Amino acid sequence: MSGPTTGEPVALAVDRIRCDAHGMCAELLPEMIDLDDWGYPIVATAAVPDVLLADARRAVAACPLLALRFRPLARATMRVPAAARVPAAIPGG
Amino acid sequence: MLPRLLAGPPLAAGPESLKDHRRRLGPLAPVADGRAVIDVLASSGLLGRGGAGFPVARKWAAVADRSAGDAVVLANGAEGEPLSAKDRTLMATRPHLVLDGAELAAEAVGADRIVLYVGSEHVAAGTALHSAVAERAADRRAAHRIPVTLLAAPPTYVAGEESAAVHFVNAGDARPTGTTPRPFERGVDARPTLVQNVETLAHAALIARNGDSWYREIGGRSTRGSALVTVGGAAGRGVTEIAIGTTVAELADLAAVRGVPGAVLLGGYFGRWLSADEAIDLPLDPVALREAGSAFGCGVVSFLDRSACGIDATARIIDYMAGQSAAQCGPCVFGLRAIADATARIAGGTAASDDLERLTRWSGQLAGRGACRHPDGAAGLMQSALRVFADDFVAHARRRRCPVAQGRGRAA
Repeated sequence: MSGPTTGEPVALAVDRIRCDAHGMCAELLPEMIDLDDWGYPIVATAAVPDVLLADARRAVAACPLLALRFRPLARATMRVPAAARVPAAIPGG
Repeated sequence: MLPRLLAGPPLAAGPESLKDHRRRLGPLAPVADGRAVIDVLASSGLLGRGGAGFPVARKWAAVADRSAGDAVVLANGAEGEPLSAKDRTLMATRPHLVLDGAELAAEAVGADRIVLYVGSEHVAAGTALHSAVAERAADRRAAHRIPVTLLAAPPTYVAGEESAAVHFVNAGDARPTGTTPRPFERGVDARPTLVQNVETLAHAALIARNGDSWYREIGGRSTRGSALVTVGGAAGRGVTEIAIGTTVAELADLAAVRGVPGAVLLGGYFGRWLSADEAIDLPLDPVALREAGSAFGCGVVSFLDRSACGIDATARIIDYMAGQSAAQCGPCVFGLRAIADATARIAGGTAASDDLERLTRWSGQLAGRGACRHPDGAAGLMQSALRVFADDFVAHARRRRCPVAQGRGRAA
C-alpha cells in the first residue's frame, strides 16, 4: 500500500460511495476515526500527525473496499472554494 | 431599473418569440474574444444562481483554460428544489435570453456543443425552449453557430447537482459521482464542461449586451445586480425579480405577504430557517446572508405562517430530503432517514425520550460525509430548525404538545 513519504502533510479521505461500514479503519486508527450510529466513519479532517502515520497506513491498507485513502492536505483544503462551501447547495451554479 | 430578466411582455403571455426578443434587446454580437467576455463578467461580480453562488467568471475561465475548442456547455434548468419556481418561469417566458446566454458561454469558453438540461416536470419550460431552438434554427440570422440538444432531467432533487447532471448526460444516471474530477476538468464525454444555471446564463446575456457597469447600477452593498426569487407562503408562490440587497421586509411588501410570519426559510430545502425577527431586516445578498448564518441559495424566501407549526414544516422537508437521497452513501441513506423519522416522531407527539438529543447529535455529524452536498444541505436546514424552533422542539419532544396548535385552539 503506497502511503505518504516524509515531509508532505496528508489527511485522510473516504470514498463515501464505496464505503460500506466495515469499520476496520476505526479499529486501527481510533485517534482519528470515529464511527456513527450505523458504523460509517467520521474522519478527522486535520493532517495525520507523524506519530500516527504508521497506524494510518495500516488503516488505509485494511479497508476491504479501498474506500479509505490519503490525500495531500494542500489539495484537500483548496478543492472547494470558500464561496462554494457555504451556503452549500445542490444545483450546479 | 427592474425588471431586467423578466422585462418585456407579461409573463402570462407565455414564451417571448424570437422576433419580439430581438426587437426588444437587439441581437447578441458573436464573441470575438472569449477572454474579454470573461473579464466583463468578472467585473460585473456575477455569481451563480443555482445555489452555490460561485463566481461565474472563475468558472468560465476554468473551462476556457482547459478547452481545445471542444468543451461543452450544460445549461442547468433541472430546478429540483420544490420551493423554487424561478428557473422554470424564466425558461417558459424568456427562452431566447437563456439560449443567448448558453451561446455566449459556448463561444466564450470554446465549446462546440450546448446541452439544455431541463426538469422533465417543467413542461412549459421544456416546450418553450424546444420551440425557441426550432425558431432559431429556421432563422438565418439566428441560425445556431453551435448545436443544441434538449434533454429532460429526471424530476429528483439531486438531478441538478453538477456531477449528477454530467453523469446523466454521459450514462443516463442522474446521481452524483463525487468530487473529482470536477466537470470543468472532465465532464460530458470527458470534455471540459461548464455546468451553469439558466438564470445565470440569462444574466450573462444581458451583461454582454449592456456591460458590467450597467449590471452594477443596482444591487446590495456586497453583491450587485438583480436576482430572481421565489416567494412562498400561506397565499401560494410567486416569482419576482429584485435588486440584490432588497430586505426580507421589502420583499414581503412587494409580494403582498400578509401578517407577521412565524419564521422565514431562506434558500429552500437546502437553506436555513430564521426567526421572523432575525430575518425581517436582512438584505437578500449572498454575502450578508452568509454572515447572518443563512443562505441566498437559489433565491427561495418562504414565509411560515404564524398559525403553522415549524416542527411540522421541518419534518415534512426532512422527510422529503431523506427520500431524495441518491442512496449511494451510508451517512446520507441512514443518517438522513433517522433524522427524518425522529423529527416526524417529535412533530407527532410520539418522541422517544432521547429523540431530541439524538436528532441534535446526528444533525451535527452529517456535513462533508457524502459524495455530494445533499446531506450537508439537509443537516444544515435541520440544525437551523433546532435553533429557531428550540422551545417548540422541547415542548413537542418532552411535553408532547404543540404550542402553535394550542395557540390556534385558544384563538378559535
